[in-house]
Amino acid sequence: MSLLELRNIYKIYGDLHALDDVSLTVEKGEWVSIMGPSGSGKSTMMNIIGCMDKPTKGEVLLDGVNIAKESAKNLTGIRRDKIGLIFQQFHLVNYLTAVENVMLAQYYHSMPDEKEALEALDRVGLADRAKHLPSQLSGGEQQRVCVARALINYPEIILADEPTGNLDEANEEIVVDLFHKLHNEGTTLIVVTHDPEVAEVAQRTLVLRNGKLHKEVINQNFTGKIQFEDRQEVQPHA
Amino acid sequence: MFLRMIRGTLLRQWKKMLMIAFTIALGASLASAMLSVMLDVGDKMNQELKTYGANITVVPKASSVLNDLYDVEGDTSGTYLREDELGKIKTIFWAFNIVDYAPFVSTQADLPDGSEVKLTGSWFNHHMELPTGETLDAGICSMRSWWEITDGTWLDEQTMTEEHSAMIGAALAERLGIHAGDTLHVDGTEAALDLHIVGVYDAGGDEDEQIYAPLHTTQTLAGLDGKIDSIEVSALTTPDNELAERAAKDPSSLTVSQYEIWYCTAYASSICYQIQEVITDSVAAPVRQVADSEGAILEKTQLLMILITILSLIGAALGICNLVTASVMERSSEIGLMKAIGAQNGAVSGLVLTEIFLTAIFGGVLGFFAGFGFAQIIGHTVFGSAISLKPMVIPITAVLVVLVTLAGSIPAIRMLLRLRPAEVLHGGH
Ligand SMILES: Nc1ncnc2c1ncn2[C@@H]1O[C@H](COP(=O)(O)OP(=O)(O)O)[C@@H](O)[C@H]1O
Ligand SMILES: [Mg+2]
Repeated sequence: MSLLELRNIYKIYGDLHALDDVSLTVEKGEWVSIMGPSGSGKSTMMNIIGCMDKPTKGEVLLDGVNIAKESAKNLTGIRRDKIGLIFQQFHLVNYLTAVENVMLAQYYHSMPDEKEALEALDRVGLADRAKHLPSQLSGGEQQRVCVARALINYPEIILADEPTGNLDEANEEIVVDLFHKLHNEGTTLIVVTHDPEVAEVAQRTLVLRNGKLHKEVINQNFTGKIQFEDRQEVQPHA
Repeated sequence: MFLRMIRGTLLRQWKKMLMIAFTIALGASLASAMLSVMLDVGDKMNQELKTYGANITVVPKASSVLNDLYDVEGDTSGTYLREDELGKIKTIFWAFNIVDYAPFVSTQADLPDGSEVKLTGSWFNHHMELPTGETLDAGICSMRSWWEITDGTWLDEQTMTEEHSAMIGAALAERLGIHAGDTLHVDGTEAALDLHIVGVYDAGGDEDEQIYAPLHTTQTLAGLDGKIDSIEVSALTTPDNELAERAAKDPSSLTVSQYEIWYCTAYASSICYQIQEVITDSVAAPVRQVADSEGAILEKTQLLMILITILSLIGAALGICNLVTASVMERSSEIGLMKAIGAQNGAVSGLVLTEIFLTAIFGGVLGFFAGFGFAQIIGHTVFGSAISLKPMVIPITAVLVVLVTLAGSIPAIRMLLRLRPAEVLHGGH
């Protein structure tokens, strides 16, 4: 059984089809990229997979459970137990320190455990920044705190909606490296991105256009490592 | 974790929280002030109204209503009370609540210019040695304290030099051209006397056309030795309740224990009843007018206070509503995030409500003390005395604060429950 299966999903706002008959299967341990122009329905799809929204039509099977039919309360529970979320705008609680932000996810999941939270920060290379407030961290560091927060409860899937959208190249590489590490550990990753270089490091890239699945590219020489060749050529002109 | 979250919010949104606390404090202060005054005002009002004169009158059983109406002459037995029984009033069960009283006897007398005048005998500052060993100076000096002395002084029974002194109403004095220190010849029904006028009073009523003299002088003029028409009693009473009203109609309708309770409570009716027991052939009754207006003023004041309290609480609820909604809106992405990482609605509302209630407790306590101070100001300006703290005020204020805070938080909590993480977290890109 696949970990995630979308069957003929529609999301319709008025007469706008944000998602138009999308079907998709993701296996456990896979690393999938989702690309597409702005407004093509990427976030809508992520919200549905992340149990934060329901499709107008169609089935979403997560671990064999049709989450399209669950109540809001159950969806919160499923999200808490199975999904780690990473956002473009980080969304850290700005009066809590890095380690407290990670512990917040533990708190709503089960029990805050500072030692475990510190270990998670160590995994993203931020052990020495644990007591800093988000405002005292760079964008890349904040996003790494978010990665630590997303993985603290051992989710089945990590969903990242444009995780590198607000980051510079160096931080982008660090975050992608983290994804690579998570992938090697067997975590399932679904990453929305605008950036072809970030998309290409995944095993598979899905391209959405006008709410439809436009094409699917299998990355033959999958390494999980980001290549910046193109951009390094462009940079001097920028 | 929970505490850290709360501390974080309180510190970060301290301005807003302070505003909420202030709003609650304002509401709570008005509510507790009004409650303190309201609960204490019954006694205060009684003391206040007491200074307006007697609240119980005692008349002979064969009531002098006929005398008053038709001016029936002659001494029918039972139309007078006995002067020698006056002291007994201070021996009844509720003697301590009798703060003042005075006997009255009236007669008609002819003046030198041929006109007739009503002459009333009473105590001015009658000195009494009570069986309990106490002393009491009772009489109209204190019971007619609102009289304005326009000339001379109050008549002082203890230092009176002339045998027959009197005080004269301002209107009559003006008509006769009489001043303090003059002598006025009056011709009563039984005797004629020269009265030494010690003072002129302005009572602002019928009494300004009359003469007031000591009891004994008037009795001599009218030939009514040892007899009196009526007694006015000023007593501290407990406001009537249903039991008192029933007892006032017919004490024998009460059960023994009810009778006991009634008899041993300072209701106007039980004091009247006890006065009747000691004064032969008498009828004692609360002065309806005073008692009624007392009740009416009290009711109106309380209604006004309740209105002020309700309005201030509604105002506070609206203010809280605005502030809490703004606070939740400001934090919508934070709340969305908490929901996204697995916080159920209950957990998030619990967090927000805890913050608000901590703030409310702070504001409520502040408001309570401010309100108690405010009540003192009201007490001193309106009643000229301090308002005592009734323990009842604390729980009532607390309940009101909780209700108002809850009511004010409802819209914000509803908004919070409706808030969908997807809407706030992916916005702005
Ligand atoms: N709550 C909503 N109400 C109406 N239209 C929406 C809503 N959310 C998204 N849309 C529309 O759905 C389409 C897809 O949006 P989205 O999934 O956010 O695109 P993107 O691929 O840029 O993430 C867009 O046209 C957007 O305007
Ligand atoms: Mg998007």
